Amino acid sequence: MKLVTAVIKPHTWEDVRSALETVGVTGMTVSEVSGYGRQKGHTEVYRGAEYDIALVPKIRIEIAVDDADAEEVVATIVAAAQTGRIGDGKVWTSTIDSVVRVRTGERDEGAI
Amino acid sequence: MDGYYAFMLIATAFVLMMTVPALALFYGGMSRSKSVLNMMMMSYVAAAIVGILYVAIGWSMGFGGDGTIFANPFELLWLDGVSTGDYIFVMFQMTFAIITAALISGAVADRLKFSAWVVFVPLWAVIVYFPMAHMVFSCTDDSLICGRIGAQDYAGGTAVHINAGVAALVLVVLLGKRIGWPKEQMRPHNLTLTMLGAGLLWMGWYGFNVGSIVFGDDPETQFPLETGRTFATTTLATMAAIIGWLVVERLLHKKATSLGAASGIVAGLVAITPATGAVNLSGAVAIGLIAGGVCAWAVGLKYKLGYDDSLDVVGVHLVGGIIGTILIGVFSTSEGAGGIDGLVYGGGFGSLGDQTLGALVAVAYSGVLTLVIGLAIKYTIGLRLDEEDEVNGIDLAEHGETAYDLHTSASGGGKSVLAASTVSPAPVGKPSTEGANA
Repeated sequence: MKLVTAVIKPHTWEDVRSALETVGVTGMTVSEVSGYGRQKGHTEVYRGAEYDIALVPKIRIEIAVDDADAEEVVATIVAAAQTGRIGDGKVWTSTIDSVVRVRTGERDEGAI
Repeated sequence: MDGYYAFMLIATAFVLMMTVPALALFYGGMSRSKSVLNMMMMSYVAAAIVGILYVAIGWSMGFGGDGTIFANPFELLWLDGVSTGDYIFVMFQMTFAIITAALISGAVADRLKFSAWVVFVPLWAVIVYFPMAHMVFSCTDDSLICGRIGAQDYAGGTAVHINAGVAALVLVVLLGKRIGWPKEQMRPHNLTLTMLGAGLLWMGWYGFNVGSIVFGDDPETQFPLETGRTFATTTLATMAAIIGWLVVERLLHKKATSLGAASGIVAGLVAITPATGAVNLSGAVAIGLIAGGVCAWAVGLKYKLGYDDSLDVVGVHLVGGIIGTILIGVFSTSEGAGGIDGLVYGGGFGSLGDQTLGALVAVAYSGVLTLVIGLAIKYTIGLRLDEEDEVNGIDLAEHGETAYDLHTSASGGGKSVLAASTVSPAPVGKPSTEGANA
């Protein structure tokens, strides 16, 4: 089992969600996060005072999938979230040791 | 003059609106989200304290008779002997006292103990504002700024704006910088409130300036002639100041900002306040452009000089008040309320000298006595909030409240589960979004 984690630009979120729906992803956890990568935030000016806004708003998506589906999910997210400009975000996978479905107590692959 | 009386009822309500809520919104939006309630509370509580005190002794100190600095506080104690037919003039002047005290609050954001504010405000009103109102507005022959020096101040460039601006400067020097200033980010938390507040201030200012008419021998003729002038000059100066601020800002910092437009409105209104009755339309536009441009630059001085005037009371009110007061000496016309020609109308330097001296007296009086009051509070109950409380937020520390509950889910739907879980013993709601592939 893999956990696919994606950090993307907020405005691409709707495209990513519908793209994931078409490849059969039925659930995910989404959070609003802040961070920065190579683009390093931006500058805002208030009454002449310049502020470096280091943290940029992002959307983080987490999806638990079977090993076999991981590559397709990653490719789907990348295709939908890509604008080609700096700050598009990252997608990575990590291995999950175990999963339990809270409602039924099913474990691992059965709980995905 | 029934029309005039009805107009004063409206004008007085407008000026009260400038403090509650306009100034509170203007300042509140510029403060941080953890201190917006305290910022607004300083205006609201100033209205309560100064208002009652004004009726008790303020009117008497200002308008109760002769005196160089102030009149007998007990002559008209609690409006004894004042006809209810004259109450509206008391109320009108009361709203001026209120906003002048409230203006100071913008400088002390995030860190002034609420108890210190509650003690400072009445002391400052009695010792500084009420006498200043006498020196400027009562205009008895022996009153210092109006009677003796002969400086023109239609609606309070000296008594209100220079006065509040100097007091703000003195107070922040005594109080010290906020923790983290100027390195930490302290940007405005809600500029839409600030834009709204600036707009309401503009509207209320018509009560402030136009309502400040003082009648001569022929009120029926004077009323439309003079109110037309003050309404128009107030309007045009404000418009010009928006442009002045935005142009300078664009040149200095590459962007024309919404905060700049809101600040330009206030800078223009401040500068035209003393001059509104004295100048023509062209003079109003010139004063507005100059005030907008200079104030846009002046708000940066605090970073060079190192005083944490949080919301620029000094940069806007002191600087704008001085500009308006002194430029009367340049743009004043004998067609105006004072009947004095300034420099550009061939009146020479006489008026310019009077205006400058009037401004200096206001700076000195307010500066020295605010310093005395500030020191007295600093070394008795103290001015400064505890460090931990300041970091956690003055709203929570001093008022037991926070302004906003903004937990919402990423999908933009209902209330977040996390938000609900902080409220015991509320029932646990069903989560609005599903967990990971649940």
